[in-house]
Amino acid sequence: MAPHEIRRPFKRPAISDQQKRRELSLQRQAQNRTEAQQQARRLASSILSFPNQNSEPQPFESIDLVPEPIVEEPETETDAGDISEIDIRQAARLKGFEARRWFASQLMLPEWMIDVPDRLSEDWYVFARPAGKRCFIVSSNGTTVSRLRNGSLLHRFPSALPNGARTKEGSRSAQSYCILDCIFHELDQTYYVIDMVCWAGISFYECTAEFRFFWMNSKLVESGACEAPSTYHRYRFSLIPVYNCDHEGLQIAYTGAVPYVKDGLLFYNKHAHYQTGNTPLVLVWKDETCSQYVIDTDNKGQVPNQQQVVLELQDNGQLVTSDDPPVVLGCLNATFIQETGLHSGNLVRFAVNDGGLTFVDGKLEKADLHYVGKVHRARAFADSYSKIVFQYMARHSPLRIEHLFASIGTVSEHESNEVEMVG
Amino acid sequence: MCEEVSPDVVEQDQVNKILTAVVQGMNPSEGSNDVRLAATRALYNALSFAQANFSNDMERDYIMKVVCEATLSPEVKIRQAAFECLVSISSSYYDKLAPYMQDIFNITAKAVREDEEPVALQAIEFWSSICDEEIDIIDEYGGDFTGDSDIPCFYFIKQALPALVPMLLETLLKQEEDQDQDEGAWNLAMAGGTCLGLVARTVGDDIVPLVMPFIEENITKPDWRQREGATYAFGSILEGPSPNKLTPLVNVALNFMLTALTNDPNSHVKDTTAWTLGRIFEFLHGSTIDTPIITQANCQQIITVLLQSMKDAPNVAEKACGALYFLAQGYEDIGQTSPLTPYFQEIVQSLLSVTHREDAGESRLRTAAYETLNEVVRCCTDETAPMVLQLVPVIMMELHKNLEAHNLSSDERQKQNELQGLLCGCLQVIIQKLGSSDQTKYGFMQYADQIMNLFLRVFACRSATVHEEAMLAIGALAYATGPDFAKYMPEFYKYLEMGLQNFEEYQVCAVTVGVVGDICRALEEKVLPWCDGIMTQLLKDLSSNQLHRSVKPPIFSCFGDIALAIGDNFEKYLMYAMPMLQSAAELSAHTSNADDELVEYTNLLRNGILEAYSGIFQGFKNSPKTQLLIPYAPHIVQFLDLIYLEKDMDDVVMKTAIGVLGDLADTLGSNAGSLIQQSLSSKDFLNECLSSDDHLIQESAEWTKLAISRAISI
Repeated sequence: MAPHEIRRPFKRPAISDQQKRRELSLQRQAQNRTEAQQQARRLASSILSFPNQNSEPQPFESIDLVPEPIVEEPETETDAGDISEIDIRQAARLKGFEARRWFASQLMLPEWMIDVPDRLSEDWYVFARPAGKRCFIVSSNGTTVSRLRNGSLLHRFPSALPNGARTKEGSRSAQSYCILDCIFHELDQTYYVIDMVCWAGISFYECTAEFRFFWMNSKLVESGACEAPSTYHRYRFSLIPVYNCDHEGLQIAYTGAVPYVKDGLLFYNKHAHYQTGNTPLVLVWKDETCSQYVIDTDNKGQVPNQQQVVLELQDNGQLVTSDDPPVVLGCLNATFIQETGLHSGNLVRFAVNDGGLTFVDGKLEKADLHYVGKVHRARAFADSYSKIVFQYMARHSPLRIEHLFASIGTVSEHESNEVEMVG
Repeated sequence: MCEEVSPDVVEQDQVNKILTAVVQGMNPSEGSNDVRLAATRALYNALSFAQANFSNDMERDYIMKVVCEATLSPEVKIRQAAFECLVSISSSYYDKLAPYMQDIFNITAKAVREDEEPVALQAIEFWSSICDEEIDIIDEYGGDFTGDSDIPCFYFIKQALPALVPMLLETLLKQEEDQDQDEGAWNLAMAGGTCLGLVARTVGDDIVPLVMPFIEENITKPDWRQREGATYAFGSILEGPSPNKLTPLVNVALNFMLTALTNDPNSHVKDTTAWTLGRIFEFLHGSTIDTPIITQANCQQIITVLLQSMKDAPNVAEKACGALYFLAQGYEDIGQTSPLTPYFQEIVQSLLSVTHREDAGESRLRTAAYETLNEVVRCCTDETAPMVLQLVPVIMMELHKNLEAHNLSSDERQKQNELQGLLCGCLQVIIQKLGSSDQTKYGFMQYADQIMNLFLRVFACRSATVHEEAMLAIGALAYATGPDFAKYMPEFYKYLEMGLQNFEEYQVCAVTVGVVGDICRALEEKVLPWCDGIMTQLLKDLSSNQLHRSVKPPIFSCFGDIALAIGDNFEKYLMYAMPMLQSAAELSAHTSNADDELVEYTNLLRNGILEAYSGIFQGFKNSPKTQLLIPYAPHIVQFLDLIYLEKDMDDVVMKTAIGVLGDLADTLGSNAGSLIQQSLSSKDFLNECLSSDDHLIQESAEWTKLAISRAISI
């Protein structure tokens, strides 16, 4: 045996940086593995345990009765930490406000386009958004359920989606289920599928839009869900033609004929995964040509004289948007809060006064706001920054279709416009 | 001799004979010094077999007496060998030492003060070794005495403290002139200071009042030895005592240290001062410390002094880099705004300048500068992330220049390899940092192609350490790029395969296995074309006796990654992977009589096996080929039951294990209903997990409960 080595590390850190790098890599890999596995598990349990028939029917509240002119109010992340952390099985126990909030946080929500993204023609798809109610379609255990963004039930029906009806050949395993992101179009009683989150139990969360759209296209037709309604298939599903956002694609989406009423254009970044909540990788844009609802209406369907914004009141009196991190648009003083009986967390409606919004270097600097009142409690979220700015621009200097075309440049001669998807 | 005697007895019999002979040979009555020396060295070798003899009071007393007498031999080599025996005894028979400690203290103190250096160094090492033992035991107590530990703590250090500390402080003044420039130096002052640091870790607050007077008396003396010794003493006691005890002292000392680092005429003093600052930041600065020692008032001065010192002699500059490393580390979880933000650019520039110093090869300076740069990057915030992005082309250019150098001598080539390792390491840290948030990732992706190209060129140079660093960096890149990584696979694959074949450097192999996981998650089903080759290598690795065992658990986990990525395409690998998992599971089911290290390894192995099962079940979910897994289910459930009964799972295994049961239920559904219902895991084990304090275990268990209830209800 060699004599004991008595030289000890001298004036040196005990761990080498290389070892640290290795360990941090391993930590990251273990974390990623856990997440991948949890995601796979979570999907399965979400649908099966969310309360439906047993819970008291969720009344459609005023905000939902408006023909949902505006696409979506994004989820708020500001204090949703506790909400987003909870497991699906716990979500089953949520009621009312919390349930709405939780359910809403499962959808991918577009931001409003307030400037044109780079590489529009290379990296983006465009399609005409159908007017109607945004909802989640879930097929499992031989039935199909549609739920609005606020968690309330829209329809329960049999469908040709995998495991969507109790049919003879319904011998699929219980784990086979689908989640589709749809818009229900009242006029032709059709669900227009705008995205696919899960098909036959396979998760598409971590897939790019390009991949999801490709699968959506082939699988939906295969399943027979696009066929006319029948006993075991109450509502028709329909695909939407999606185009590369080059000159021609944008032109077709913007002016081309579709079997549904258009409500603006949706832009999807091809590389974006299905990311729940607010994302700048999906954008909505509209003008009078392609939408009846460019400027927000009030509960009676009237366009108010002044732009209305809904903001959330914080502990310190600040009024913030639903973004993460929130954008501060103003502040209420303590006396006013006391007099009006407002509390932290309340959603408060304001009108934008003549002073309007002031921008410095493209960033909102101040807003001239006038207090209107508290918002109906059915409303779960404040407005997002992009919505407020888009609405403001719509009233003052809108982002026009010409701007979009201009950013794409001229029609590329070598690339014919390929229709990626056909409904 | 009786033929029926068991080997154990024979062995002990032989040990007894050897010890008897050895101890006789060591006796002072033995005339020949050569014989005494040989006998003392022989004892050293025999000590580890002498368990039984050390348990016998009389025999132990005798051995100890002989060893202690040998430390007083007139022959220096015998004294040194005798102290080596004492050091060995201190770690092997710590719990038997109590009766001898007073005598041993006297012997060691005399040796430290009067004897020749090789002997004195062993005498100090005896105390360092006692510290090691007590630190371990106290660690195991977890702070309070529960009596759980096999060996009780005798608090020898605490008892010896009043005499031990002055003895160690004396050694601090016996520095050698140029010890800081000599990589191999080890002398009395270094050993004494190291031991003092261990004593501080052993006793905590109690050491502070014993050391402070020495520091106060010496730190301003004209003789550099006194200033350096005082500073070294201060730096040594910064780990162990509570922040409450140390913070007031540090607040007083900090300014003095900064001045000394700038103005002290002696380089040795500056070296130790910079090191001490590093220790201050390491132990007393960070989010866990209540009273910050770095404030708005002194932050700028600290950074200015450190950056200035980075231009000093290489050994001083290296310590200054180290101090900056810990300064940055303390702001690791600072959130949005870091006090370092205003200095970020300057810090990065200064570190890059250090890497370009002509003499950066000395005192490990270049390495220290890159390591500090890495830490600065890791701790950057949203505010400074854009500056990290600007660093990408700079480091890429360095790597490019490095790769352009040709016709090098072997010495130059080694330096080139080292630098490649540092640059790849730095890029890895940057990629991991920028890739971790969507905002920063987008900006980074413009460089992905070029970076990958550089990594491929590094691989083409072939050197094991570089290989590993580039491999680590590629894992981070795959994670950041996601499915787009597919385009790099045709060129990269051969290096991936080479990494998986590297049995000798198992770290390289282990890192490559991790990268396979990253690639699976990035490419998902697009990894399929490469899977035949990857699986072949992984299966070969598992069957190899050459491969270090630590790589095997991650290989199993990697099976799970592959299965999760390619789904039921994993079908063709089942016939190879499943039997391997099964036999590994059998091996790891029981740990009876295993030592801690083996239990730890067994748990790693179990975790790997279980992650593989989880990935495979999840991969086959909803597949028409699910029935292929049914034959394996009974064994898997049995394995879960067995490890549950064994009661030595750690939390990680528990979480994975209960999750496997859920995945099995989820994928096999009613096919496994009765199997699950009959299992212990679905009852006792599941209930135990459901009521666990660990929320990850609980979460897995909740999922499993749901999956089982569905499987059974169908």
